[in-house]
Amino acid sequence: MAEQPVFAPWNDPSEKPLIQFQNVTKRFGDFTAIDDLTLDIFEKEFFALLGPSGCGKTTMMRMLGGFETVTNGTIKIAGQDMNKVPPNKRPVNMMFQSYALFPHLSIYENIAFGLRRTSMDKGAIDARIAEMLKLTRLEKFARRKPHQISGGQRQRVALARSLAKAPKLLLLDEPLGALDKKLRQDTQFELMDIQEKTGTTFVIVTHDQEEAMTVASRVAVMDEGLIVQVATPDAIYEAPNSTYVADFIGDVNIIEGRASQSGNKTKLSWAEGQPNIIGTTTRTFETGQTCHFAIRPEKVAISVEEPTKAANKLHGKILDIAYLGNISTYHVELPTGHIIKAQTANTRRLARRTMTWEDPVWISFTDTAGVLLDR
Amino acid sequence: MKRFSWFNVTALTLGFAFLYLPMIILVIYSFNESKLVTVWAGFSTKWYGELLQNEAFLNAAWVTIKVAVFSSTLATILGTMAAYVLVRAGRFKGRTLFSGMIYAPLVMPEVITGLSLLLLFIGIGLDRGVLTIVLAHTTFAMCFVSVVVSSRLVSFDNSLEEAALDLGCTPLQAFRLVTLPIIAPAVISGWLLAFTLSLDDLVIASFTSGPSATTLPIKIFSAVRLGVSPEINALSTIMIAIVTIGVIAASLISKQASLRQQRDEQAAARG
Repeated sequence: MAEQPVFAPWNDPSEKPLIQFQNVTKRFGDFTAIDDLTLDIFEKEFFALLGPSGCGKTTMMRMLGGFETVTNGTIKIAGQDMNKVPPNKRPVNMMFQSYALFPHLSIYENIAFGLRRTSMDKGAIDARIAEMLKLTRLEKFARRKPHQISGGQRQRVALARSLAKAPKLLLLDEPLGALDKKLRQDTQFELMDIQEKTGTTFVIVTHDQEEAMTVASRVAVMDEGLIVQVATPDAIYEAPNSTYVADFIGDVNIIEGRASQSGNKTKLSWAEGQPNIIGTTTRTFETGQTCHFAIRPEKVAISVEEPTKAANKLHGKILDIAYLGNISTYHVELPTGHIIKAQTANTRRLARRTMTWEDPVWISFTDTAGVLLDR
Repeated sequence: MKRFSWFNVTALTLGFAFLYLPMIILVIYSFNESKLVTVWAGFSTKWYGELLQNEAFLNAAWVTIKVAVFSSTLATILGTMAAYVLVRAGRFKGRTLFSGMIYAPLVMPEVITGLSLLLLFIGIGLDRGVLTIVLAHTTFAMCFVSVVVSSRLVSFDNSLEEAALDLGCTPLQAFRLVTLPIIAPAVISGWLLAFTLSLDDLVIASFTSGPSATTLPIKIFSAVRLGVSPEINALSTIMIAIVTIGVIAASLISKQASLRQQRDEQAAARG
């Protein structure tokens, strides 16, 4: 059986990136929104810019769309320098956060708007609109005005309108922000489906880490105008490069201590009278260097009996239990005052649970479960 | 508490009497048979007939309408442009000064505006007539239009225009195809405001009109100085009727539009 080719153009040095940010800086007065940023995005990628508000993700997107100028550096799309190209001349379309549907035009005319600005003949425009309406399942609403349809439908109109001109690159600015949770999840899969069908490169801006993880082929985590880490969702989750990323994506326990390394094992001395934490790392830490041990709650086991084989085990008592239906999160307080979260799947019924508040328990994890970070 | 206590009814009657008694008297006396304005001598519409024979009044009415149409159109174009720039340009040095300068004519005494325009027209050797009144009215109506339009533009979602650019419009196309249709109601009401301002302006018109062109308010004012004739009453009644019909029509149209929108939204909510 032939191996399925993995989509990873960023690992292929012969691949030409579609978008290149080259030492891009953007300042608004004294405020630096983007600081000397270099980034390549490849064709057919679903690329997510993730970060808290004010981290510069929207500025990056608006620079790609041509709505903000670059203070320093170059942005290239398909090898062409975009710095002097106005928005209406770029091979880029954008889906706005507010959708920005034209309220005085019908859904049909909204989708036709971009096509009518090209030299396409009427028959071809009609065919293209029919195709877009079908793709977004809006055939029944073509004659309605934007205020006559629901929020989810508006979101699909905005998508159809921005895809109608078959852009090389589609920018999505918090596209699902206005939808409720259930609809948002459905729409995420719809977006991925459409992205795959059309083969368009998508760049999405979001502050919702779950959304970024779901849809994206790669995620860039941003903070204060800098990209902290760019990687696939699983790499971001399993191997964050800093406590910022580890903390921003999902839930995490972080223990600070001093390292002493032997081979690929690192011992972390983190509190008086407590056993050292043993972790595996490919990096080298100097002896005595401050480092952080980060471990996800679902990789921490919790038990009443003392575990025999675990590489790391700590004793504590249950401070709190968060019951979420499918899983429970136990907050275990160690004698040092550290609170470690441990998550277990609720495979048994609640009444059969053996642990409750104030119970003394053991938490344990293997030496490969967590990561050691120097910042 | 009763909604119609004697106090409420009295207050209402007094208030409305204060507002409308003068006009009611004017309207009643316009149907007076007698030539004396203050003596009632039976019902007649003869003064309306005579009004239609009065060449001077008809000429003045025609001039007034011409001036109002041209000046309000010009003021709407200039005022919309000014509002657009002020709202869109964002913060720049001297922005407050610029916006202040646009709104200053709002509070400027009309006598001063009229006088300064008169001096300008004499200075550049422009003969006073329809053209000078149009220019003068454009000057002072423009700031009213700009106030109305800019208040609409402030709440205008900028991303609509960006979306138009994004879809391939030049900035001019984006304005014509997206911005203008959406702010059209404000532009139209700005035009109506400019139109009515021009229609009943007396002070500025009297500075800038010449012997070749007299507007209706000037004509009425000068006629009244020679004594109020029943013809003037008839003319005023017609003007009141036109204004009333205009106001009622405008409010009906806007009410219907909002009703239609409500119905549409309910239809959308039902799916």
